Amino acid sequence: MNAIAPVAKIMEWGPSTEVLLAVLIGFGFGFFLEKGGFGNSRVLAGQWYGYNFAVLRVMFTAIATAMLGLFGLHYAGLVNLELVHVNETFLWPQIVGGLIFGFGFAIGQFCPGTAFVGAVTGKIDAMAYVGGFFAGAILFAVGFPLVARFYESSSMGRVLLSDWLHVPAGVVVFAVVLVAVGAFVLTHVLDKKLGNA
Amino acid sequence: MSDKPAPYWNSYKAGVGLGLVLLASFLLVGRGLGASGAATRIATYAVHKADAAVHGGTEAEATTAAMKNAYMAQYVKGPEDALDDFLVYLLLGLLVGGFVSGVLDRRFSFEITRGPNTTNRRRLLLAVVGGVVAAFGARLARGCTSGQALTGGATLALGSWAFMLAVFAGGYGIAYFLRKEWI
Repeated sequence: MNAIAPVAKIMEWGPSTEVLLAVLIGFGFGFFLEKGGFGNSRVLAGQWYGYNFAVLRVMFTAIATAMLGLFGLHYAGLVNLELVHVNETFLWPQIVGGLIFGFGFAIGQFCPGTAFVGAVTGKIDAMAYVGGFFAGAILFAVGFPLVARFYESSSMGRVLLSDWLHVPAGVVVFAVVLVAVGAFVLTHVLDKKLGNA
Repeated sequence: MSDKPAPYWNSYKAGVGLGLVLLASFLLVGRGLGASGAATRIATYAVHKADAAVHGGTEAEATTAAMKNAYMAQYVKGPEDALDDFLVYLLLGLLVGGFVSGVLDRRFSFEITRGPNTTNRRRLLLAVVGGVVAAFGARLARGCTSGQALTGGATLALGSWAFMLAVFAGGYGIAYFLRKEWI
């Protein structure tokens, strides 16, 4: 069977269709983030202090759902995976950037997407975080010459975990599901141990 | 109907919903979600337009601070408007979607969400600092929890998984020192 997705890469869509789709997809994104409790910094902080594991559960459920759908349809021949954008790997900038981002997450108790959701539901601390994020993005740009070389370093291109490990993608998909389920079980054990509601 | 806010959804239910939205994005548009990219574009656009306005209108747009900055120039140099981008429209939808969900569940309220043993002032200060620090990390890593961890995670991108593990390491690494803010 011929691949029928990603639709935008196979059919010729006008720019207005893409704008409409972006808005609709964004709507769902914001809607489910808010439903999951991610507009509230107290929920997010629970991840670090062990009183609420919503961050890990929502995130890994979402990753597993999208991954199973994407790779399942790829194996069924319905998706051309080559046409789906995969973030290029710049290993060290991503590791160091991730550490710094993690600091910012635990200091501000939001990440950008959740802060926007908090801000539109009236949370003033989320608005403060968004303001800080805008300022930080400009500061990064101002300081960019200092980090430009590092920013472009350890460039590996489009590398999937399965390429890196030299195993079929299906093996990694299965392993990710196992790790996710293991992590879910662990959070429920911890909930019981710590007496969380 | 009561006026009390509805409880948040079960995490797995919200996670499946979020995952299906991400899957729809892959299948329809061929790319995933993001939040920090749009924020960076908006910040750059603001610098660009403000500078041009201060220094005299459209002719000045070729020489703004944003045009001269090696990082910001990538967003404002081309013929397209910096804000005419998938991620910016996605953010627009996100703002509406979050608002609609919050209003429907009676969770819209002007308040400062914080730990029980801290002050509003400390909470707001740390929120600003966290935003600045996170922006630095997100720019260095080329994405945040949405564009790297969630989207890159689902496509099994190597660097995105490295990013995700580093975020958890950084978060847990610093959380101990901030525990009095939250517990």
